[in-house]
Amino acid sequence: MSRRLLPSGEAALLVECDSLDEVLALHDALEAARPDGVIELVPAARTLLVAVDPALIPLESAATWVRRIPAEAGSRVAGAQADPVRIPVGYDGDDLAATAELLGVPVAELVAAHSGVEWRVAFGGFAPGFGYLVSDEWPFEVPRLEAPRARVPAGSVAVAGAFGGVYPRQSPGGWRLLGRTAATLWDPASNDPAVLAPGRRVRFEQA
Amino acid sequence: MPSSTLTVEQPGALALVEDLGRPGFAHLGVSSSGALDRGALALANRLVGNPAGAAALEVVMGGFRARFDAETWFAVAGAWGDLRLDGRRIAPYTAARALPGSVLELGIASRGVRYVLAVRGGLDVPPVLGSRSRDTLAGLGPAPVQAGDALPIGAQPAASVPLLDQEAAFPPPEGPVTLALLPGPRTDWFTDAAHAGLFDGGWRLSEQADRIGARLLGAPLERLVAGELPSEATVPGSVQVAGDGLPTILLADRPVTGGYPVIAVVAASSLDALAQVRPGQAVRFRHA
Repeated sequence: MSRRLLPSGEAALLVECDSLDEVLALHDALEAARPDGVIELVPAARTLLVAVDPALIPLESAATWVRRIPAEAGSRVAGAQADPVRIPVGYDGDDLAATAELLGVPVAELVAAHSGVEWRVAFGGFAPGFGYLVSDEWPFEVPRLEAPRARVPAGSVAVAGAFGGVYPRQSPGGWRLLGRTAATLWDPASNDPAVLAPGRRVRFEQA
Repeated sequence: MPSSTLTVEQPGALALVEDLGRPGFAHLGVSSSGALDRGALALANRLVGNPAGAAALEVVMGGFRARFDAETWFAVAGAWGDLRLDGRRIAPYTAARALPGSVLELGIASRGVRYVLAVRGGLDVPPVLGSRSRDTLAGLGPAPVQAGDALPIGAQPAASVPLLDQEAAFPPPEGPVTLALLPGPRTDWFTDAAHAGLFDGGWRLSEQADRIGARLLGAPLERLVAGELPSEATVPGSVQVAGDGLPTILLADRPVTGGYPVIAVVAASSLDALAQVRPGQAVRFRHA
């Protein structure tokens, strides 16, 4: 594992990893030993942003903290969460049949694959409460729609690239819609506003 | 029941409730948001005895009118323009007292862009994720202020209105505004010519400047690395360079992650000045 620390202004640094797996492992390890003054830990596809309040912790100290996390640390420290979040899905999405055809499998097999694997929230970012889900067991790479939809309904369960996701509210989007859920995934009035927060394990269940 | 209210009769182009924002939720896709000119927010609040982060109104370009229903101390900082209380001219950057029924008008700004109007007690709208700020991208926090909105004012703070708080009142400059730059994570994605071009000047703010980002016009910055960048998290002030080579400075309501390389980051101490730059105005960069 190689880890490069890149500058991002006076109060943040970007840690670059070789793979998403390394980002996830590092995120777990940093989260488990997070000092006061670290305001944001934001995982993304290849990087993890560490933002601090410089009045509480100098950026240099945060850099030392990140460097001292052992290379092998973190690989699945995440076990803390006992059970995966379960999301009921009605598999009747507008793109379900076309996506199955594109992947060369029967619709039932696509549904079985999507609901049969355990997903993990890798990172967020597209919109509040949107989580990019990954799974080692998910066998497909799904091209995005040629032209994104202007309006994807809230609760749409979708896939694109190697990722799964659920649109927390109506928005534009180019992912392929497999189904929908009535579950509330984003509640800004809650202390735990996003169900799909980075690190969470997730299972979709056929409703 | 709030002890008093501020009723907005005319919001102008855009009037938003803002405080110091909601840090700590970026991993959930929520940016920090909050007042763009944080110095103006802190100053206006201090002038009326509020804590620095009390919620205030960020009024873009003026054309704003509101009525107080009770005696209320208030202060206006940030942009510079004709301020009137019941038709009489009042000074910026100074605490003033409105009487029940008093009408406050913020004229069209002659310098700067964003007025900050603080009222003693702060605006007591319900917080969302710990902040009363409107996030214009995520749609979080209080909706943009409409004509007729009665904004609740919070309880009187413990601190009194400072008797003598003389502030040197400097209007935002009309000429070029110089911003300090720190290295960004992807400085090495750009040619030496691009780095020179960034600091050699010729930039001005485009019309595309809001709370999400401020796009600059000038000579395109040339990339050394042509590939695509997997999305990564940004901070306020990140200077992101789009495919056409023109920089956009990402601001408080930015998307949390972006896929364009960030060549530099505007120092936090320069972000307040940037918040007051008008479209067309010249911008220069210096090394922080």
